[in-house]
Amino acid sequence: MRLEIKGLTKRFGSFTANDQIDLVIEPGEIHCLLGENGAGKSTLMNMLYGLLTPTEGEILLDGAPTDFQGPGDALAAGIGMVHQHFMLVPVFTVAENVMLGHEKTRGAGILNREAARKQVRELSERYQLHVDPDALIEDIPVGVQQRVEIIKALAGNAKILILDEPTAVLTPQEIDELMGIMRELKAQGTSIIFITHKLREVKAVGDKITVIRRGKVVGTAPPTASEAELAEMMVGRSVELAVSKENKIGGDAVLRASNITVVDPRGHLVVKDVSFEVRGGEVLGIAGVQGNGQTELIKSLLGLVKPDAGKIELEGKDISRHGPRQSLAEGIGYVPEDRSHDGYVGSFSVRENLVLDLYRTKEFSAGPALKLDAITANAKHRIEEFDIRTETPETPVASLSGGNQQKVVIAREFSRPLKVLIASQPTRGVDVGSIEFIHKRIIRERDQGTAVLIVSTELDEIYALSDRIAVMYDGRIVATVSPDTPREQLGLLMAGATPEVSA
Amino acid sequence: MTDVLTPPAATAPEPSEPQVRDRADVRRQVKLLMVLGIVLLAEIWFKLKIDDPQVSHLFKGPRTLENQPVEFSGTPISWTAVAITVVALLLAALNRYPRRVGGVVLSVLVGLGFYGAFLMWAYADPSGAFAPAITSPIPGTIRIATAIVFGALAGVLCERAGVVNIAIEGQFIAGAFFGSVFSSFAVANIAAIPIFWCPVFGMLGGILAGVGVAALLAFFALRYHVDQVVVGVVLVAFGYGITSFLLGQIPSDQKATLNNPQLLETVEIPVLHKIPYIGEPLFGQNLLVYVMYLSVPLVWVLLFQTRWGLRVRSVGEHPKAADTVGINVNRTRWQAVLLGGVFAGLGGASFTLNTGAFDKEMTAGFGFIALAAVIMGRWHPVGAAFAALLFGFLQNLKDQLGILGDKVPGDLLSALPYLATIIAVAGFIGRVRPPAADGQPYIKSD
Repeated sequence: MRLEIKGLTKRFGSFTANDQIDLVIEPGEIHCLLGENGAGKSTLMNMLYGLLTPTEGEILLDGAPTDFQGPGDALAAGIGMVHQHFMLVPVFTVAENVMLGHEKTRGAGILNREAARKQVRELSERYQLHVDPDALIEDIPVGVQQRVEIIKALAGNAKILILDEPTAVLTPQEIDELMGIMRELKAQGTSIIFITHKLREVKAVGDKITVIRRGKVVGTAPPTASEAELAEMMVGRSVELAVSKENKIGGDAVLRASNITVVDPRGHLVVKDVSFEVRGGEVLGIAGVQGNGQTELIKSLLGLVKPDAGKIELEGKDISRHGPRQSLAEGIGYVPEDRSHDGYVGSFSVRENLVLDLYRTKEFSAGPALKLDAITANAKHRIEEFDIRTETPETPVASLSGGNQQKVVIAREFSRPLKVLIASQPTRGVDVGSIEFIHKRIIRERDQGTAVLIVSTELDEIYALSDRIAVMYDGRIVATVSPDTPREQLGLLMAGATPEVSA
Repeated sequence: MTDVLTPPAATAPEPSEPQVRDRADVRRQVKLLMVLGIVLLAEIWFKLKIDDPQVSHLFKGPRTLENQPVEFSGTPISWTAVAITVVALLLAALNRYPRRVGGVVLSVLVGLGFYGAFLMWAYADPSGAFAPAITSPIPGTIRIATAIVFGALAGVLCERAGVVNIAIEGQFIAGAFFGSVFSSFAVANIAAIPIFWCPVFGMLGGILAGVGVAALLAFFALRYHVDQVVVGVVLVAFGYGITSFLLGQIPSDQKATLNNPQLLETVEIPVLHKIPYIGEPLFGQNLLVYVMYLSVPLVWVLLFQTRWGLRVRSVGEHPKAADTVGINVNRTRWQAVLLGGVFAGLGGASFTLNTGAFDKEMTAGFGFIALAAVIMGRWHPVGAAFAALLFGFLQNLKDQLGILGDKVPGDLLSALPYLATIIAVAGFIGRVRPPAADGQPYIKSD
């Protein structure tokens, strides 16, 4: 099926998310849509999928204009979508999720579960997806969940498959598998629209590349284009893809964790006997696929959860039983994994968010009263220093872009003298320009002698920052390696291979 | 060659799991020990307080000259209860208390033992000249539980679709009022309806009222995204207010034709009602009770075996996922809430069609107990129905013990079902997981 988009425009109030987009997807091609977060890729796809109504322009399928009232219409027309955040019901089985919306029944509305299972098995076999129709979604790994999403789209007879940032949650091995699946789908005639901001993937699998910036198509490129060229098209200026830094062997251990074990509220052992140390003036990167215990480990270091066993020492002092306030006061800087959840208060202004963990100090308060002038002065200073793009210091943080929200969090955490910096996913959902800036600031903090602990699921980030890399898998640190370890080997470790196998 | 700085247990075959006993598990054991300890102490106290263990029971039919209560000694029952509890306590102390089905069976046994020991104490040594006999708890339990089961089914349907329904009490009171009015009106004014079917007409009135309140809930919650708990509470107050007001508007000379409902007649189910002990109380009931029996499996089939049910549960768990496969989230929620209204209305109608004229605030918080049954039954129609039966049982126990005089303080007795509700919801059920999107309005961007 040939998909043609002509002059598609979407406005939200005065904001134009998509401006006169033209795009042609030929049958059986993998068309990459490259752009930064917030460039308008998702808006465009949501219009294609019937979730949003275009303000102007039209979508043609095999030359015939379409008018989608909802996702049901798009599905019926042969457009399937795998969303960035999976659209799967966690307490349903694979088969139930696949049949949802177009259930086969035995009459009288009674579900025909056997037919659904059979369909899942057939599609799973045909495209080598290895999915068990009776598994509960909440019990299977994200990589498999994604394949369930693909089966869901294929079960609806999708001729055009939209993959929205499909690699964000996968291990390098799973990414390779996904690319294999994409090639297989292409060979069987399905067109794929592959949305990403990762240049490596685009070059590996794309037939055609369209770059979007600020809601507009800024150009197309063949997959042979260099990463630097693509990055420049995407950001609008040349960017340094790697932070220049010298690897260092750190000094004395500043933060030492011994035999940390954490049991989550559901009774699962999520961190298992983890020990490591971070030395002053080095960056320890913790690599691993999302959900292997990193979140809980980091929270236990700050005192947001109490470890069920083990000891955390800061410069030799036991802080295992400290709460977050004490830990922050001891000189730990903390950039949380999900900034909107525990990084800032969205409805508070930039000015207020910049002193969220400092307002108690003499600098910003006198008794019960806040020193508002000092807080404003601080805000002006930080906004300039960290290049936070906000209209005024009074603007609520929720209305800033993701990159600038993250800069607010970073600026706040960096405005105290730190012994240890713990940053989890420091650049998630942040544009390329801001990534560059945030990385430079982290390295500068390291060079001042701070012990830095970075948790990231992005290998690029781990490589860019780390002096040593610890790999977490299934609640354990399975290996600690140097940053010149090849990517494939790190990928194997992240997937649970034991060190001997990988060596 | 890679520089592996710290190869962790490189030669060890498989790292062993660190031995940390889960805190939730420890809490469970401590809780069990405390509860069983209290139960055991109470049972021993009950036994020691009995001077003369002779009690009597009357399980078949009313007391007549031929049908006299049978005397028996309560001692074996008291000691059996103590023995069961001791076994359970030992198992808990050794952390060998069974889980899943075994645990439920043992807990039920302990509960039955406690009930027995308590009854022996309560009925032994009568304070007055007249010695009341122990009678079957089943008929009263069923009668009281009917409304609660219907209410709980309404709650399950709504909450599975992601709409919190605090308004069950409001649906009850409206259903009770219109059940009475419809039944009375049919008797007095519609000659075409045979007298047996007049209360059925009343049931229809209850359904309309329940669906009406449900429609208000859906309208505010789904269309205007008003906080569902707030809407629910407001609808309860509204239900109380409007029915009191309408009751006051009935002229005194019209009372006989508008608030004098024909009651539901007892219909004995052939064969089944002849089963000894349980046949008569279970199958010698009225139509509404049989509708209740059928409604529980019906709702189960609807929710878990049909296309509609799959969709309802999907919009209650992950509405966006449902939307992306073309399911109309709000329409599905509307359907579930309105269908819930049918059941809640029937539950309301049972108040007047079982007992007589409508009186203001006669539903006495049973709608909230139904809500507790939803939670205790883990949002499952069958579980909720059993929880509702438990509350009905306790309410009935209160009624039965009321005639015993001053042995059990009356005020404490009337608080019993509510006390049990709090304990059940707060502690006993452990961790329960509501539908993920329960109470969250689904707002589509355009």
